[in-house]
Amino acid sequence: MSTTEFKESIATALNNGNLTGALGRFSEAYRISRAKAYEGIDFEVVRDQIEEIKCSASSRFEELAEQFKKNAEARGAKVFRTSDPAQVKQYILDLARSKGVKRVVKSKSMASEEIHLNKALEGAGMEVDETDLGEWIIQLAHQTPSHMVMPAIHMTKEEVATVFSQEVEEGQMPDIPKLVKFARAKLRPKFLGADMGISGANIAVAETGSLVIVTNEGNARLVSTLPKIHVAIVGIEKLVAMVKEILPILTALPRSATGQLLTSYVSIISGAVPNVDGSPKELHIILMDNHRSDMAKDPMFKPALQCIRCATCLNVCPVFRLVGGHVFGKTYTGGIGTILTAWFDELKKADDIQGLCIQCGACVAVCPGKIDIPGLILELRRRLVVEKGQSMTMKAIFGVVNNRRLFHSMLRMASVTQKPFTSGRFIRHLPLFLSDMTEFRSLPAVAAAPLRDTIKKIVQPPAKEKVAFYAGCLIDFCYPEMGESLVKILNKAGIEVIFPDDQTCCGAPARYNGAYETAAGNARDNIKALLEADVKYVVSACPTCTVALKHDFIETFKSLGVTDAMAGAEQLAAKAIDFSTLVKKLVDEGRLTFKEGEDLGKVTYHDSCHLKRTLKASEEPRELLKQAGHEITEMFECDICCGMAGSYSIKLPEISAPILERKLKNIKETGASKVIMDCPGCVMQIRGGLDKDGAPIHAEHTVESLANRFK
Amino acid sequence: MNAAFEAFKTRAEAVSAEVHRFKTREEGLTFILSFLKDAGVSDAPQCGAVWAGGTFIDGAQKDDLKVKVPGICFDINQEVSASAKVGISQLDWAISATGTLVQDAVAVDKRLVSTLPPIHVAVLGTERILADMGSVLEKLRPQQLDYISFITGPSRTADIERVLTIGVHGPERLIIVVVDELQQVTA
Repeated sequence: MSTTEFKESIATALNNGNLTGALGRFSEAYRISRAKAYEGIDFEVVRDQIEEIKCSASSRFEELAEQFKKNAEARGAKVFRTSDPAQVKQYILDLARSKGVKRVVKSKSMASEEIHLNKALEGAGMEVDETDLGEWIIQLAHQTPSHMVMPAIHMTKEEVATVFSQEVEEGQMPDIPKLVKFARAKLRPKFLGADMGISGANIAVAETGSLVIVTNEGNARLVSTLPKIHVAIVGIEKLVAMVKEILPILTALPRSATGQLLTSYVSIISGAVPNVDGSPKELHIILMDNHRSDMAKDPMFKPALQCIRCATCLNVCPVFRLVGGHVFGKTYTGGIGTILTAWFDELKKADDIQGLCIQCGACVAVCPGKIDIPGLILELRRRLVVEKGQSMTMKAIFGVVNNRRLFHSMLRMASVTQKPFTSGRFIRHLPLFLSDMTEFRSLPAVAAAPLRDTIKKIVQPPAKEKVAFYAGCLIDFCYPEMGESLVKILNKAGIEVIFPDDQTCCGAPARYNGAYETAAGNARDNIKALLEADVKYVVSACPTCTVALKHDFIETFKSLGVTDAMAGAEQLAAKAIDFSTLVKKLVDEGRLTFKEGEDLGKVTYHDSCHLKRTLKASEEPRELLKQAGHEITEMFECDICCGMAGSYSIKLPEISAPILERKLKNIKETGASKVIMDCPGCVMQIRGGLDKDGAPIHAEHTVESLANRFK
Repeated sequence: MNAAFEAFKTRAEAVSAEVHRFKTREEGLTFILSFLKDAGVSDAPQCGAVWAGGTFIDGAQKDDLKVKVPGICFDINQEVSASAKVGISQLDWAISATGTLVQDAVAVDKRLVSTLPPIHVAVLGTERILADMGSVLEKLRPQQLDYISFITGPSRTADIERVLTIGVHGPERLIIVVVDELQQVTA
């Protein structure tokens, strides 16, 4: 897909009201049903077990595959191992030909989608019917699955009725129970008359040669019972060593996939069972590699093999619920789909789609396989940049960012050149190709004087304890008042705030665009600047910057194999702390005391992605705001991304805008007059959105809310 | 036994199974026969009932049953199962945590009667309800059995607009008959 086609597919999806409506409602219902299904279960314990089981299995695919083959064959199955999708197709074609197979029924198999099996079988003259209702619908509609668990979630009942009427029998009405009955009636003769059944498997157990197949409709039971030949296509990542290891996977899979305690049917098939006529079943199991063992050898991507295909990462993704699955490609969709496509298909197929990840981390918290999906997508981004180079524009930008003096003098210059577009502290319109950036939210004007200048004019009371302040570009150049408030608060605790002048951009923009060399340069400069001062803490009021100091510098060095700067990065990581966590600590230690009896009214709090999910601080700011005298009314989806995500909102404004729109709606519905958050990037997005919207709600950083609240 | 049953019943009913408990095997049998009559089982086409073997039924006077409810068939094959209205089979174990029935399903007749007819009547001994899947896998071991079936409620789908619809390819009703004194075969 070309970039233009990709942008067009996004536009088509965004303009499809049926799609965005259905996915939006589903994502809301999903969160509730998932939570209910996990009642009484310690999700962290379950996913630790799954991680251990799958990680251990992917370390020894060869051994487990051989063990599986030996055990399954001892019980009458034939096991074919291959790394090549073409050989999978050939094997099935040869088998079908030798047995005179004319009619095939299939239960859902993503592995067969991956290798486009149906096309090969139909090309050889066979009649192939998908029997999972969703798969059958998209087969009839000549489409590909848009979701791993619910392949036809993008279609309405009206569209399904039209497809049934056109492809099967005229006159079908858009009545869901009737459509389901119609599918049962039409597919039943297919099951009864099929010569071969093809299925996938959710788990393959090496010690017994067992396949575990999970369905709700009951089609896999028929596919494995009625035809005399059963072929199961199994990706080797489905292997586990022992029977008892299926338990945590079957605990998580239905709960995470559909909010069920268990699916209607689970079949454990461990050998060739009798056919309906008493003859023994011909059971063929194809263990397919197709780059899975390459993936297992790549230490960064090996964890992606811990995926149990529950599709939670699609269901909780703020981008997926806007654009749906088809934007991602033909087989695997969503966050994990991006990674699987890059490996099972080819890296460059993931070029456009990796850019869809907004890096909010919502999927990381709920992944049963404990896969750092956004982290792996970043790594894909980095490898793509290494392979094909950065675009000229990006190169020019990072060339500037990597030179602190040049970068900072350009920002200072911007405060002058922006004048024609500025009204108050906002830029509401930009000309020409930049207009997209200000269409849905105003941008903050660059401050007349950056924090690095104004902070020197603050007279701080002498104090023994010092902390270093890492401002980050937004606070330094757009919101210096946030930095001034931070100084004021820490001074009350008897702490002097120093501002190391050589600090520069945290490198997040470069890293999130795959420009790791630039990010590493930024990291080195900052480590040097921030470790020079003798301080206990390096505090930042920007969660993205804090994550850079605490985690990303180390990760960037690791990715690039940089060792000489690692010790410094680790030292800095130990000192780095976010504003709210530090202030909460100071309050708890009695070093800061709130003014008494304040009634500051009703506010709502927006959780910034990096603060909540990477730095794990969500109670700290709320606790501080409450103690200050605010009453917090929680908004719906308080921890869902606001759509800012740094340069994402510039690269994909068409996605950023509707995400922001949802956020603003949720904020407005609380009736609060103020929305508070801990990230200057979120302030930029939400304040700018509220300015365009005209809603009488003020958006501010927690540091501003607390500036005058201490004794 | 009561606590396990109650827990099982709650979970099974939550997924649209219908659960009935009887003290004796006779009471269970009487219920099933009247259920079959009410469901319209007869020797007319498409109205049969297929009954797969198990300790519950093996000792019974099958000819008497056929007289009481014409249309009951004990010789199972694909054709009679595909045209039957009701399938009856005995399940080996159950899981209270999820309302699940579990069966050694190696024999094909057990699978035919529980997959093809629109109604499945599942007979279970009350003492066969265990806490979780792990406990069941100690009893029915994949090491020994080539096909183990777990059944939790009737067949369902939500593939069109996420609307839950019962009864796709498998049964649309699952009737669970739990019998306390299943081991005492009297008939």
